Amino acid sequence: MSQVSDVAIPDAEVALSPVRGASLLRRSLRLWRTRIGVALVGVIVLLAIIGPYVAPYGPSTPVGAPNADPGGKAVLGTDYLGQDVLSRVLYGGGSILVMAVIATALGLIGGAAIGLVAAYSRNALDDVLMRGMDVIMALPSILLALVAVAIVGPRAWVIVAAIALTTAPRVARVARGAAQPVVERDFIAASEAMGVPRWRILSGELLPNTLGPLMVEASLRLTYSIGLIAGLAYLGLSPNVNGANWGTMIKQNQLVLVVQPWGAVAPIIAIALLTMGTGLIGDGIARTAAGIDRARGEE
Amino acid sequence: MNRFRPRGVWGFILRRLLLGILVLILVSVLVFLATQALPGDPARAILGRNANPASLAALRHQLHLDRPVADQYLTWVTGLLHGNLGTSLEAQEPVSTLLAPKLVNSAVLVVLAAVLSIPLSIAIGAWAALKREKVFDQSSSNLMLLLAALPEFVVALVLVILFATTVFHVLPAISTVPPGSRPWNNWVALVLPTITLVIAVAPYVSRIMRASMIEVLESDYVEMARLKGLPERTVLIRHALPNALGPVFQVIALNLAYLAGGIIIVEFVFNYSGIGGATAEAVVNHDLPVIQALAMLLAAVYVVVNLLADVATILVTPKLRTRL
Repeated sequence: MSQVSDVAIPDAEVALSPVRGASLLRRSLRLWRTRIGVALVGVIVLLAIIGPYVAPYGPSTPVGAPNADPGGKAVLGTDYLGQDVLSRVLYGGGSILVMAVIATALGLIGGAAIGLVAAYSRNALDDVLMRGMDVIMALPSILLALVAVAIVGPRAWVIVAAIALTTAPRVARVARGAAQPVVERDFIAASEAMGVPRWRILSGELLPNTLGPLMVEASLRLTYSIGLIAGLAYLGLSPNVNGANWGTMIKQNQLVLVVQPWGAVAPIIAIALLTMGTGLIGDGIARTAAGIDRARGEE
Repeated sequence: MNRFRPRGVWGFILRRLLLGILVLILVSVLVFLATQALPGDPARAILGRNANPASLAALRHQLHLDRPVADQYLTWVTGLLHGNLGTSLEAQEPVSTLLAPKLVNSAVLVVLAAVLSIPLSIAIGAWAALKREKVFDQSSSNLMLLLAALPEFVVALVLVILFATTVFHVLPAISTVPPGSRPWNNWVALVLPTITLVIAVAPYVSRIMRASMIEVLESDYVEMARLKGLPERTVLIRHALPNALGPVFQVIALNLAYLAGGIIIVEFVFNYSGIGGATAEAVVNHDLPVIQALAMLLAAVYVVVNLLADVATILVTPKLRTRL
């Protein structure tokens, strides 16, 4: 018996999990909304990655009078300190993107693990885990992040950890909800009877079958994380208080909007395009996943 | 009233109530432990660097800081239950006196946003479901999708740029409520913060309303009602709408609870004098009692709003009412 499971399960893992996730993404690209989303996110990510190499000035280099209109040396004008707005926009996306992606990934992994274990356990552990998630969810994400920053200070890892912590319960709910019907199906009982280890059932059987809802949730959570991290920077809580950061830039130049709008408008556009892009991708995946589920139900 | 089957409904409500209380107790432990971990000595923060040891010890005793953690927790929770939220370390005032006017200001904003956004988004969602795949449905769904993706401070600033500073100059960019005055005394200042919150909530509520309404419109009992020859108006308002509203209440509850947290950053954008600004200030000043009170307050809002949503869902959904 153990021989059978040793041979069969790794095969199933290879055949099921990566392909299904990739094919969901590929199919979702047939929708225009997904393509537009990918294009928007692609442009902003590219801007954030190559920005520092192509920026005409450094992020904190004074290039002229404060609040100068666009034109001349500074294409988008200068900010409230006389720094080049375009250069600061080109420098200011990297940290937000990196922190948001890591926070979302951590929250996703932790939340999915908790949700799947809860659904699979079918006993008191389920209740304990999910009530624990309720406790975290009872505190608004931003408040939890604010308290964490107040305790340790606005370090990058604190912000990432706090946002991962608020992401996990929401992911756990989705993972548990998606896994519950799967747990009752025959192939899980069959795997158990064959003596497949629990973690194998969780990662090889449950996870691939909940990938659709999890991917939708992932894009939603990424959208929120970007907003939260940029929002914290806007509140003045970022690892580098005066550094080039889209959230920081918006706060710094909000008061001079009447004189020189670009210092705030340019980073606002960057954040808006990015989150609208991730939102569109998420909706594309959601529509595709719903279509797949429906087709499966009709078979 | 026989239709309600009181025992089942009340049993369900009681279970939910107990669960909510359990969550609140756990939140209180979490909040207390988290704020215990705040660095620095509150007594030293109040008296300053050069305070002499005797007065430090006296103040620590007065603040109960010299007692075991479990003791401090019990004192704090007992105080909470008696409505005593402690004393602000920064303002040296009772937290309740400090927060009460700000709480009123924030509540005005949240209630205003809820009263405007809930009927509006239910109407948009229901209308989109009736006109499924037509122009209104497609354009409203796509607009809501894009609005939902925007962080609320970005929405707030876009509104400021459009209506207050750069494009038009018709509304104030700053919505400060001076001490002693009430938010409605200067209602023009409420317009932009309220619209921001409406935009933050409407996409979720209208989307779930649309999905729920579509499902109900395809159900057997709506078909039955139509086959009975009832006028379309009656079918929609008496049969479809009540059943479609069930899932919507849950989303409204989540969004109201979210609003309670979302106002933190929106109030900051408009410099509005509510609990959002108070939170940011308390975090900067390490003002423990204020942070604890605010966290408990927001958690209580979350629990109560979810409880109300559960009750409303049962009362409004004929299907659930008979099943319980």
